[in-house]
Amino acid sequence: MQKYSVFSLIKNAFSDHQNWEVAWKDPTPKKEYDVIIIGGGGHGLATAYYLAKEHNITNVAIIEKGWIGGGNVGRNTTIIRSNYMHDDNALFSEFGMDLWRKMSQDLNYNVMFSPRGIINLAHSDAQMNAYSRRGNSMRLNGIDAVLLNREEVQKRIPMADFSDNVRFPIFGGLMQPSAGTARHDAVAWGYARQADSMGVDIIQNCEVTGFDVTNGKIVGVRTSRGDIKAKKVGLCVAGSTNILAEMLNMTLPIETHLLQACVSEPVKPLLDHVVTFGAGHFYCSQSDKGEMVMGGDLDGYNSYSQRGNLPTLQHVLTEGIAMFPFLSKLKMLRTWGGIMDMSMDGSPIIDKTHIDGLYLNCGWCYGGFKATPASGWTFAHTIAQDRVHELNAGYSLNRFNTGDLIDEKGLGTKTWIS
Amino acid sequence: MLYIFCPHCGSRSQNEFAYGGDATVKRPELNKEISDQDWDNFVYLRKSPRGKHLELWHHISGCRQWIKVERDTSTHEIFKTYKADELTE
Repeated sequence: MQKYSVFSLIKNAFSDHQNWEVAWKDPTPKKEYDVIIIGGGGHGLATAYYLAKEHNITNVAIIEKGWIGGGNVGRNTTIIRSNYMHDDNALFSEFGMDLWRKMSQDLNYNVMFSPRGIINLAHSDAQMNAYSRRGNSMRLNGIDAVLLNREEVQKRIPMADFSDNVRFPIFGGLMQPSAGTARHDAVAWGYARQADSMGVDIIQNCEVTGFDVTNGKIVGVRTSRGDIKAKKVGLCVAGSTNILAEMLNMTLPIETHLLQACVSEPVKPLLDHVVTFGAGHFYCSQSDKGEMVMGGDLDGYNSYSQRGNLPTLQHVLTEGIAMFPFLSKLKMLRTWGGIMDMSMDGSPIIDKTHIDGLYLNCGWCYGGFKATPASGWTFAHTIAQDRVHELNAGYSLNRFNTGDLIDEKGLGTKTWIS
Repeated sequence: MLYIFCPHCGSRSQNEFAYGGDATVKRPELNKEISDQDWDNFVYLRKSPRGKHLELWHHISGCRQWIKVERDTSTHEIFKTYKADELTE
């Protein structure tokens, strides 16, 4: 594989950048693989990469219905954080933060990781107390957390509404300085390029139509490009998990819901951090191109359509304007939607299943992007060793039977209001 | 914008409604011995199909009645709506 560096850039400039190697190949599927990963999104690509890198398993195929990076890894708002209170989420995410910090070097691909800090705004004394508790829990788990008062928040985001007559005055906020953003497409491409170079077959435009299970053991998958045998199969298809589960006669604690995001026209740099509104559900950051990247609530009903409805967008942006009044002056550049696995406790599932050789990675709700490296790393471990790693032991499928739920938000099973 | 036909009020915009989830989930019968597993399945497991989905909506800013809506989860087309106690096809 050609290494990307300033020297290769200069060298290729002499030939008008016409002779760069392709970043990944377009192979035809082989008859059989050791491991098949279904889903060529961030998590699937990362899983294949860590299978090859950490476990020397390279006879691997990634099967993707569309094109890699065309699903949620290309549709998110690129936020990376580990500001969780519960141990399972906190330790998992913080492990991921470490992988994020090393990712550009590790993949030899600039993923533009930008640890610009995330601020969760508080709008009441009670919320300040809750954030203080969450911050302390984070610090006990070795995660950086700073409780900011109103003046400290105002210094960092003076454009927020600090006037006297607001419905939700800003009391302060909880900041995780090491949180940030990364270039989402680069994450997919970086993992794809490295996985490909280590022998992983990335098979695009290949839809799974069924599974071959014999005596409770997975033996292969049926696809639109023919049957492929496999010793192990991993599902990494957030948004479409229920469709594949139905082919396996499995019913999961997951509903598929629609989430929208949007960006404004680009403006000069003004917002240094990722900021979330504490009196509703709205988050905002500024991209390197200058666009304000915004998102919020789910559309609120089961959906597999990757396009949203205006009432939710209006609701979310109303909250945005309450937080940052200047947003009302900006034109909207793009809006889009993606479909999420909403799990019944708001936390993901990375586990074995009752079918031998079949592994499940799903239920990311709308926190999937930041989890990409840690999810891939732990899922690769679970597949390669046929047992869960301690980092994903809490993300078990049977926690809904044992009662060991990880209900970070405590919202219950009404997935559509989370 | 979804327009939902409320069997009590007629066609109204989605802004008047609150979603109530899968209407096919059946609560285990009262006073009947059931396993923990069955109870967990009722609480947590959802089919979440792509295509036709029978779901509950609450006409919260209208007549405040719960209704059942048969809707396509990939196209958002609404086929039919029912009163809450009406039998569905």
